[in-house]
Amino acid sequence: MAIIFIDGKPYQAKDGVSLLDACLSLGFDVPYFCWHPALHSVGACRQCAVKVFKDEKDAKGKIVMSCMTPVADGMRLSIDDPEAIKFRASVIEWLMLNHPHDCPVCDEGGECHLQDMTLLAGHVYRRTTLKKRTHTNQDLGPFVNHEMNRCIQCYRCVRFYKDYAGGKDLDVFGCHDHVYFGRSRDGALESEFSGNLVEVCPTGVFTDKTFKKHYTRKWDLQAAPSVCVHCSLGCNTLPGERYGTLRRIRNRYNQSVNGYFLCDRGRYGYEFVNSKIRIRTASVKTNGAAPADEAAPELAISEIRKKLNGTHEGGIIGIGSPRASLESNYALRELVGAENFYHGVSDTVFNMMGEIVRIIKDGPVAAASLEDAREADAVLVLGEDVSNTAPMLALALRQASRNAPMVNLAKFKIPHWDDAAARNAIQNEKSPFFVASFTGTRLDGLSSEKPYRAAPDDVARLGFLIAHELAPESPGVPDASAEEKSLARRIAVALRNSKKPLIVCGTGPQSIHILRAAANAAWALKRAVPDARIAFSLPGCNSMGLALMDFPSGRPVSEALKRVQAGGAKAVIVIENELDESIGKEGAEEIMSLPCSVAIDFIATRTSQLAGVALPAASFAESQGTFVNNEARAQRFYMVMQPQNKNIHGVWRWIMEIKAALGTEKQCPEIDALTAELAKRMPQFAPIADRAYFPPPGFRIAGMKIPRQPHRYSGRTAMHTNIGMVEPKPPADTGSALSFSMEGFYDASKKQKIPSALLTHYWAPFWNSVQALNKFQSGTGGPLLGGESGKRLMEPSGSAPAYFTDIPEKQKKAPGPSGANNKGFFAVPLYHVFGSERLSMESQAVAGLCPEEGQPFIAASPRTLSALGLNKSDTMELEIGGAVFDFKTVADEEMAEGLAGVFVPKNANIAADLAGLYSKLPAWARFLVKTERKQ
Amino acid sequence: MSAKDPQAYPLTAGMEMNGKAVGLQKYEALGGYEGAKKALLQMGPAQVMQEVKDSNLRGRGGAGFPTGQKWSFVPMGENAPNTRYLVVNADEMEPGAFKDKFLLEGNPHQLIEGMVISSYAIGASVSYVFLRWAYKEAAKRIEQAISEAHSKGYLGKNIFGSGFDHEVRLHTSAGRYICGEETALLTALEGKRGIPRAKPPFPQICGLWGKPTVVNNVETMANVPHIIRNGAKWFKEISRSSDGGTKIYGASGRVNRPGAWELPMGTPLRELLEIHAGGMKDGYKLKGIMPGGASTEFMLEEHLDTPMDFDSVPKAGSRLGTGTLMVMDHKTCPVGLVLNIMEFFARESCGWCTPCREGLPWLTGILRKVEHGDGNPEDLEILNEHIPLLGMGRTFCALAPGAIEPLQSALKYYKQDFEAHIEKKTCPYK
Repeated sequence: MAIIFIDGKPYQAKDGVSLLDACLSLGFDVPYFCWHPALHSVGACRQCAVKVFKDEKDAKGKIVMSCMTPVADGMRLSIDDPEAIKFRASVIEWLMLNHPHDCPVCDEGGECHLQDMTLLAGHVYRRTTLKKRTHTNQDLGPFVNHEMNRCIQCYRCVRFYKDYAGGKDLDVFGCHDHVYFGRSRDGALESEFSGNLVEVCPTGVFTDKTFKKHYTRKWDLQAAPSVCVHCSLGCNTLPGERYGTLRRIRNRYNQSVNGYFLCDRGRYGYEFVNSKIRIRTASVKTNGAAPADEAAPELAISEIRKKLNGTHEGGIIGIGSPRASLESNYALRELVGAENFYHGVSDTVFNMMGEIVRIIKDGPVAAASLEDAREADAVLVLGEDVSNTAPMLALALRQASRNAPMVNLAKFKIPHWDDAAARNAIQNEKSPFFVASFTGTRLDGLSSEKPYRAAPDDVARLGFLIAHELAPESPGVPDASAEEKSLARRIAVALRNSKKPLIVCGTGPQSIHILRAAANAAWALKRAVPDARIAFSLPGCNSMGLALMDFPSGRPVSEALKRVQAGGAKAVIVIENELDESIGKEGAEEIMSLPCSVAIDFIATRTSQLAGVALPAASFAESQGTFVNNEARAQRFYMVMQPQNKNIHGVWRWIMEIKAALGTEKQCPEIDALTAELAKRMPQFAPIADRAYFPPPGFRIAGMKIPRQPHRYSGRTAMHTNIGMVEPKPPADTGSALSFSMEGFYDASKKQKIPSALLTHYWAPFWNSVQALNKFQSGTGGPLLGGESGKRLMEPSGSAPAYFTDIPEKQKKAPGPSGANNKGFFAVPLYHVFGSERLSMESQAVAGLCPEEGQPFIAASPRTLSALGLNKSDTMELEIGGAVFDFKTVADEEMAEGLAGVFVPKNANIAADLAGLYSKLPAWARFLVKTERKQ
Repeated sequence: MSAKDPQAYPLTAGMEMNGKAVGLQKYEALGGYEGAKKALLQMGPAQVMQEVKDSNLRGRGGAGFPTGQKWSFVPMGENAPNTRYLVVNADEMEPGAFKDKFLLEGNPHQLIEGMVISSYAIGASVSYVFLRWAYKEAAKRIEQAISEAHSKGYLGKNIFGSGFDHEVRLHTSAGRYICGEETALLTALEGKRGIPRAKPPFPQICGLWGKPTVVNNVETMANVPHIIRNGAKWFKEISRSSDGGTKIYGASGRVNRPGAWELPMGTPLRELLEIHAGGMKDGYKLKGIMPGGASTEFMLEEHLDTPMDFDSVPKAGSRLGTGTLMVMDHKTCPVGLVLNIMEFFARESCGWCTPCREGLPWLTGILRKVEHGDGNPEDLEILNEHIPLLGMGRTFCALAPGAIEPLQSALKYYKQDFEAHIEKKTCPYK
């Protein structure tokens, strides 16, 4: 710690940080543009000027850029010095020379960092009479709107897009006062992190294009802390609502998880909440398979009661969901009984999830948080295409790739935050980084050597070899080639020589061998490197929660089917699930043809259409609950808005209603009571009752709830005047300490800390943009003052590892193009960030970026294709597991020989039989050309 | 010029006014590459560095930083990075300057010899010439000289059997003034946008591709072989000031003999103007001189006895800069001239930092208004206000501070001209 004197008064500051960082951390309002807490300093905008003095006697002082000046003990500076004030006002005046006065029609208005800084710096009056320069705007695709005239050339966009996120198609063009930020030509931004430009841009150049379609001012958005539902990482979000529609998603800062950013699937995948495929009313099939009728909820419940009469004990089976909250799954499990509760996932996923829990729970290596991943200094990615299955993990790994060479900065006396200097010093040096995959991944560019392309079992074998190199007691791979051994050795050496190595794997390849190999490698590595970590990408936002619920027992959905087939069930309740995907079309139909079948979901699925009774559930935005992310971090999401109508309830509440109807429970508890009960009954979830992380509904500050609406929310009294002049009473929220109102406790003074889990928006005097976040952190980029907003459920046991010994055999090469034994290819699953997640595919913007226009395809190397007599444009028929599917063929130069990557987008139009295909992969696939099949 | 004494005019001896370069043979006859031979065979790198330090050679790019001292910041020894670079700044884009072109075209081998010796001193096995885009002829001659030097073993492996390897590479710039700024030059040389870098770290520590790098001006390099061959003492003696050596001075404007001349460092301004440039043309009176390019402040008649060296010119309120005078006569409108200069700098701003990117175009716009008779007294206020606002430390690099030097001195010396424009609502010179 250093003592620095700011305008004569002493303050404590962290040694070596930038003066700007120190001033902001101390709560001073120093304006800035080009600096960003995650992108650090470059000294371009000159807005953060302060004056420093040599010593007490120095009265003249020197203007410096606070972002480029390191804190030193005894330093004297002035923020209020007239010369510094004048200079800062001049910077704004310069920026305003060309900035249009279009705030009233600018989407950024009201949360514009430029507006804030203009006020803060005190520039008011326009003196120039010169013409403003103008630019042409570009169509940057469905996510980001471009309005270049507003640009103040802070360079943050390209620094985020290129330097931080590794994007290649956004750049800076031109020079002098005609600098242009955009693409070389119009076209959709290619990076899956493009949406962050909206938050990174200090003004209205890059704004949210989906928000534009149903725009409202920031101060009119009602928000609540939430958790992203579009992958397993549990990124924290702040969804905003007005007039009953979800308008946008913004990042909610969580240092341990997503930090400052979100991926585009998470940011733009929200439109399903407002979409036509929502189930908004209960429906009951009155005559067998006839179209479902709309029904009042009471009718639906009474229908269930009628049908369930006498079958409750043992007769009902429940199928839980990896996308439903802990509470919903728990409620269902309690209703039907643990022995009748089935995880709505395929056997493969079920087994993989069990293995992952075992690895985290019983092994010596901790699951990596995204923060751990950002801090890693050596990375091995085994099989998982993280850019497509867990994009924010890929972004974290990109940061990890810089960490090893960053150590050298000390030699040059370059502080880590001196971003341009650090990048000049490091140039293209990277941390040790290794990629083993079926085909090309967007992390390949970080790879220290040519990525290893192989079939799942071969990827696993590499992992086992690496583990063996690291620890001889980890079993080796006897028939490994010299080449494989040498690669494994190089990787092992690099990992061992690092300080924070990270092994990354996941359920994407659907290979339990890869998970085991990764575990062996991580465990073996742990012997030499105590901070070794392992990261898993999982299929759903609550896959981990569901898996933990019954670990080490539990049943996959296939057992439910067996039971149905054996006549052991009369009724089924399925929550938030598309059974086709886990059990196939026929299996789903068989289960849903039970005398009583109930589906509770917020979107119409084939399963809900098969159900006798479909009940309208609340989406994440209309309900409260707990998700457990990939590292077993339990996080609470809160109601952002009331459901559109009274018929829509959280899944858990529907189950309580059914329970009540069946007479086993009279009172329907509040969600919080259910959470508490679940935490009490299931020790693995005990931490979710920790009030420090999850404030109870009765939590108050100064006797007040925390408002969901910002205090300048306009027209509470006017909002409903088209309906009636009487001001409606705000809806009550008995389940949380949040209010559906602008009234309540809000303070940004750092004195009274709102718990992070309840922080609904960031605002402080002078700070209306996302940059107000500085006011809620202890040190910029540091932890939130309101504490952590989630709790990890599992830490390593510390026990010695029991290495996995089941080494898979080397992948057999596919036979040639013809012959009786020709099996064609080995089919492996492919994923795409825009296409492989069902809910986000209801967002037009996301669906529009799905590869191959949302058509299923097979990707194989041109050599593999030509060996089979196929051309890249062919449509082929492929037989997998006895069923035949039509596929478009795509030539993929990077695909390992003999493999066929199968991609099936998860959109509403995909045939039911195709939807279940992934549950069968990886598998040998026999291709039949159309003519062959016709014969 | 052909009969010049190489001892008194080391840089230009042998150059003829026929537009041709001093060929390798002639250069060798004048003692060319003997300096390199001496350095590589008889001296250690530290000795070479010391000799240059002792010579008091100061950087001829304009800033006048002592060359030997600059080199001494390069980390040497066992723990230092193995890869180091020497880069010659031949991106001569300062308006009014043409001295480097003169040396590059006139004697490219002298440059290469200087580079070999300097690289030896700092342990660089590769050096680059970063050449102004427009210098096509120089590019040809440098390429030819490199190839000739190679064939004679002055470049390549094991030069003179010393064990020292060296390669010189020519890079022609894409053509931006800012690329003459040493850190922007390095960034551009790496193939990136030519944007300056913040210092520290200085290039000597972390320069080209993150490696220790020395960036020296063409004229600086040209002096090195002579210092090594003739010694630091000689170098100091041929100067008329405490800065060692000779200087290529030049003059443009309405003088009788515009041109460039090698003269002892510290030759007084009056001598340059009246003797070497032949004085003002008939009918033209001296109104002011920019002594070292467009980014230096005006000097007046009263400053004519200033010795033209790095320490004396600042005493007269300006900078030696490139030492190539731009002479303004009494029929030239200072407002128009400053406008012209400001247009150049506003256009050449790289667009990185706000004061330069936005401030210079604003000043340009105001100057244009004033020049065209649309100005008002508030405009002068804005111009004056910008002088401290665009000063050193306020901006990211020295471009804008340089750009306002002529404006600053014009506002000081030619205030009445600005006021006359505003009062008469027209340019009084038209």
